[in-house]
Amino acid sequence: MNNRNESLDPGRENLLVGHQAAGRRIRLDGARKQAVETGRNRLLVVGTIFSLAFLVIGLRLIDLALIGPGAEPLLAASSSAKPATSGRADIVDRNGIVLATSLPTMSLYADPAAVLDAEEAAAKLTSVLSRLDRKWIVAKLTSPGRFVWLARNLTPEQTFQVNRLGIPGLAFQRGERRVYPQGREAAHVIGMTDVDGRGIAGVEKQFDQALRVNGKPVQLSIDLRVQAMLRRELSWAVKEYSALGAAGAILDVTTGEITALVSLPDFDPNSPATAVGGAGFNRASKGVYEMGSTFKLFTMAAALDSGTVDLAGGYDATNPIRVARFTINDYHGKGRWLSVPEILVYSSNIGAAKMAMDMGAKVQREYLGKFNLLSPLSLELPEVGQPLIPRRWRDVNTMTVAFGHGIAVSPLQLAAGVSTVVNGGIARPVTLLKHRPADDATAGTRVLSAETSRQMRGLMRMVVSRGTGKNADVPGYRVGGKTGTAEKLVGGRYRSRSLISSFVGAFPMDAPRYVLLAVLDEPKGTAKTNNYATGGWVAAPVVGRMVRQMGPLLGMAPARPTQDVTPIPDQPLVVAIKAALADVRGQGLAAR
Amino acid sequence: MSTFARTDTSLLSRWWWTIDRWTLAALISIALIGAVLILAASPPVAERIGLDPYYFARRQLTLLPIALALMLGTSLLSIRGVWRSAVVCFIAAVALMVATLVAGEEIKGATRWLQVGGFSLQASEFVKPSLAVIAAGFFAGRHTEMGKPGFAIATGMLLVVAALLLLQPDVGMTLVVASVWGVQFFLAGLPLVLVGLVLVIILASGVGAYFIFPHVQVRIDRFLDPAGGDNYQVARGLEAFRNGGLFGRGVGEGRVKEVLPDAHADFIFAVAGEEFGLLVCLAVVLLFAFVVVRGLVRAFGEDNLFVMLTVSGLVVQFGLQAIINMASTLHLMPPKGMTLPFISYGGSSMLALAYGMGVMLALTRERPGKGVLA
Repeated sequence: MNNRNESLDPGRENLLVGHQAAGRRIRLDGARKQAVETGRNRLLVVGTIFSLAFLVIGLRLIDLALIGPGAEPLLAASSSAKPATSGRADIVDRNGIVLATSLPTMSLYADPAAVLDAEEAAAKLTSVLSRLDRKWIVAKLTSPGRFVWLARNLTPEQTFQVNRLGIPGLAFQRGERRVYPQGREAAHVIGMTDVDGRGIAGVEKQFDQALRVNGKPVQLSIDLRVQAMLRRELSWAVKEYSALGAAGAILDVTTGEITALVSLPDFDPNSPATAVGGAGFNRASKGVYEMGSTFKLFTMAAALDSGTVDLAGGYDATNPIRVARFTINDYHGKGRWLSVPEILVYSSNIGAAKMAMDMGAKVQREYLGKFNLLSPLSLELPEVGQPLIPRRWRDVNTMTVAFGHGIAVSPLQLAAGVSTVVNGGIARPVTLLKHRPADDATAGTRVLSAETSRQMRGLMRMVVSRGTGKNADVPGYRVGGKTGTAEKLVGGRYRSRSLISSFVGAFPMDAPRYVLLAVLDEPKGTAKTNNYATGGWVAAPVVGRMVRQMGPLLGMAPARPTQDVTPIPDQPLVVAIKAALADVRGQGLAAR
Repeated sequence: MSTFARTDTSLLSRWWWTIDRWTLAALISIALIGAVLILAASPPVAERIGLDPYYFARRQLTLLPIALALMLGTSLLSIRGVWRSAVVCFIAAVALMVATLVAGEEIKGATRWLQVGGFSLQASEFVKPSLAVIAAGFFAGRHTEMGKPGFAIATGMLLVVAALLLLQPDVGMTLVVASVWGVQFFLAGLPLVLVGLVLVIILASGVGAYFIFPHVQVRIDRFLDPAGGDNYQVARGLEAFRNGGLFGRGVGEGRVKEVLPDAHADFIFAVAGEEFGLLVCLAVVLLFAFVVVRGLVRAFGEDNLFVMLTVSGLVVQFGLQAIINMASTLHLMPPKGMTLPFISYGGSSMLALAYGMGVMLALTRERPGKGVLA
């Protein structure tokens, strides 16, 4: 092989062959020598740079592997910048009191194979965790497996103490536990979570996503103090009257906020097993009931507002109404013509039915719709009941709905409707979330004229001051309301012994702030109630006691008697109403 | 090891007595370490994307003997043979790059791979060594009859290749190609003024890339402000080196490979650091440094300008890739997807490097007349 040629630019060697090129070749060779010399000098530069680069990499490796993280504070911060496992957010009441929170807990387990001395370990452990049995620990620590639980959900202090014992083979599993510090107080509102920390009922379920993601507490409209009072009073009533259960609601009529919501029997969300059976059922929002005479408030408000009657009007209630197979009667019939106020105060079914017929089914349905009684309540709870309304709205339905039969709504729905009646005629959406002050003014749609609402407040005050609701009266707080007693439909028949007894009230009647509802399921009369189990005897006292406690608590001063609202100045009652009237019940509906 | 008698003048015998056996041994050591590391690093990655655990390892280990054979085969070539092979390789690679732009599949926002049979071919890998050879030819040609046009042609080729690379886009590869070209340009004895100009142009293109390509910008911003963005792979990679310490956590005890998407490719060095420790990593760095420095020393002793430039270019490319990969993993520079030569997973990269190193070995063989200025 021709070395000379090969040392030249390959592929170009042919150019250089030939004697005529010889002179240039010598010149080029000289230039090439110089170029190679330059190249060598510059190679030193390249070689130095590369050697330095490899040296830096080597030093960096030593720095990382041997000197450790201290040299890299910025990076250490960035690599551990992820927040620690963020727990589920709290649920708090309107004053910020914690209703539900998540606590980090430690659970102790052991690897028996790594425990050196089971006897000694057990002795040490029982000195710290006294609830554990020494023999039981020894048995666990000498079992053949590689994993045994020793104790669940230890407090930080217990964890510290166990760690300080320094027993080999023991370790902790980090966990999180949902805790409800208020126990049963607002169980049905809060709901609960399953073992995986997912909401399965109540607010926990409704706001599951927000609680898990946002990390911001959910603040409810519930006032824990009022909630606890209502629960206590209803519990007392359930016990006193041997009722199956109870439901109660307190609404702020100016905002639609739910201040308290109780359903009995209830459960302890800290031990989910207590929620099985009926205890987990929310009677206040999910249960629907024929509410009885409290519905007459809606009939009368609609009739007054639509101009069907005025307070001077009245109806002849001498004879029972016979429609289709039914007979509509008054419980304590007066057997004469009754004025409009008398129809409410005496709770006359005949009068209410005639009034509704006069108004017409169309107007009646229109108003009930505006009171939000015909469709499920829009509420921040998964447990919302579907009202039962007549499929075909015939005359008999118009008449029975007028006094609260043949239609079933949830207790909360009824309370929401009544707050529209008394608050000046504005329907506001009810809510379980605390309102920000800015929200209040705009919300709501007008259902009744302010004048109709004023007249209704007068009538409701009269029911309490002179009628069936006397047991709810509290001096100075101007309570108004309406009693209701409905027979339960059991197996297709109305039973006169199985009642839903209720009272819906509001106070103070000159400028109402709160609506209160108490419903008892199948109360039994006692000697003190003359064996009556009607709303006026068993439910009205609950509302009275609530007002007596709530008023001062919420900073509402009692008024002097002269400031009491004058019911209907132009229309004094035609008939003096006796101090205590038995509640009037719908009767004879189920059978001829 | 004297399998061949010195009097034997057969092709293989001459190869055996003239080849740089130290460099050959270093390259084979790197490849063997790579084989061990791919077995350590790739199964979790393969499992994570639903492949057979040994999918990557099997492919890489199948290709490794082929790559070594290619390297040894290339090292048998004469200078003329090297030139011819480079011309063929360059033309084919450029044609394939054009085809890639037309028919390539887009992966992670870049069109770099061409499906050929069962293989994804990254044509640009083959451009790197062949361009280094050809550019060296034209730079050296300045001192032959070809004269000045040699520079113009070399510059034109770089611009064509850079344009094709930027269309993919592949900024990192462009920088490597341009840097190798620049080093050759520098060594070819150009006036320092021009060298300065080229440096300015390379710097300017780097800055330009920052503003033109969003992904380049993100990577650099994150490098400059580690607390700002999540630099997940880098942060875990650094943790791996710390966990490894001096002797490593032990074979199979590494955890970083379970979380890093690129544990078998760009971040394989971190896996090495965690499982085998500082000493093995330093050994790897030393092996790379040895190949580079020895290559440059051999180039220094060369009196053929073409050989000097080619060997330097190939060694610089090899060293640059190793440095960029290790420096990225060690957070000494913005993360740049670059394979660790002969160690990272990647068939095209390994074959192209084998070819390049084969050329380097071929040109550094002892030749009669070497050391004597012609």
